[in-house]
Parts: sequence; C-alpha cells; structure tokens
Amino acid sequence: MIADELTRSLSPATSRVMRVWQAREQRSGWRAVRAAMMLVFGLAAVPLMLSGCISVTAPDKPIVIELNINIKQEIVYRLSADAANTIDKNPEIF
Amino acid sequence: MRAFADYNPRKLMFAAAAVLTLAVAGTALAQRDPAYAAARAAGQVGEKMDGYLGYVTPPGGDIRALVEDLNIKRRALYSEKAQAAGATVEEYAFTTGCRLIAQTSPGEKYEGPGGGWLTRTSAPPQRDSRCP
Repeated sequence: MIADELTRSLSPATSRVMRVWQAREQRSGWRAVRAAMMLVFGLAAVPLMLSGCISVTAPDKPIVIELNINIKQEIVYRLSADAANTIDKNPEIF
Repeated sequence: MRAFADYNPRKLMFAAAAVLTLAVAGTALAQRDPAYAAARAAGQVGEKMDGYLGYVTPPGGDIRALVEDLNIKRRALYSEKAQAAGATVEEYAFTTGCRLIAQTSPGEKYEGPGGGWLTRTSAPPQRDSRCP
C-alpha cells in the first residue's frame, strides 16, 4: 500500500545559522539594545547639526517691560472726550 | 389751570433763576470731601497714571479709608463707562488718569511716566507718551 501522502512539510527557508542567531536575539534583547543605541546617537547628532546654522546673540540693549503695553494710544484718543465728560459729571470722586 | 403762555414772563425768569441757583448749590455740595481736598493740597495723596489715587506718604487711617472709598467709586464708574464705550476698564481708567494728571493744581502730586511721584508746577505735567 502506498501511503496517500502527496506533499510533505518543508523545512523553513532559513539556515541553521540564521535560526541560531534569531534565537539568540530573542533571548538576549539585542534588538532593544540596538534601538536604544540608534536613538541615543540620533539625539546626539541633532545639536551637532544645528550648531552649524543657528547663532544666538545677546541683545545689546536692556530689556524694558512696559506695564501698560496693552493700552494703545489710539484707544486713549478715542476715549479721551468721554473720560473728560465723566470727570466733569462726577466731581465728588475726582 | 392757566396755559403756560399766560404766565408773567418776569415771574418765569425769576423761577428759572431760582432753579439755576439751586442747581449750582447742588453742584457745590457734590464737591470734594474737605479732608480729601486737604490731603491732596498737602501732597499726601496723588493722582496715579492708572486713573486711581495713590499715597505719597504713608497714610493715616482716616486718609486711607477716604482714598480707598474714592478708588472703589472710581473703579465702579470706570467699569460702567468702559462697557458703554466698548473698552476695557484699564483703558478707560488710564485715559481718565491722563486727564486727571493734566487737571492737577500746582503743588499737588502726580505719578510721572517713570513711576515716581512728581509735584505739579505751573508748567504742564510730565505724562505718558500715549496721553492725548
């Protein structure tokens, strides 16, 4: 009787050496270490690349912070007549 | 009842004068509190750039209460008027402050553009560059 087995399972298309390396990588976490090293070198490279093109210089004048910088002259001009009227109408508090 | 035209014009004028006198007297009553006026004249209290009163010298309890009361009333008025004018309270108060500094009398104190207290002389006061 001939066995009615038409096909048989093939061995995976990897060599014994590759399987050994795969097994070793899975065990050792070598991929994670490699990824971390790439990240570290990548980050270290950023300032090196930037240092070539950006220069920061300190201002030669002192920085002045004006308290009422948000009040604009045009608004003051617009309100001026109204304000004068308010003062005239309420002399007891001015 | 008589029609308005039947009244003696002289009597009408007299009545008008009486009403006017009362109005003037009413305005006079609404003038500055004497203690506040004295504190201003003495340079204890000055007009600040922001539209409120400030203490030039450390105030006594009565002056402090007086000034705080006036500043609260000013703030209420500024916020009402600012809303009507479509501006912020700070903008309206600052604009009023410009006017109030301009209206100070010689001898009174006001806050100069640099932030320190200055004494008003007969010359125009030193004001913020944004003041009209």
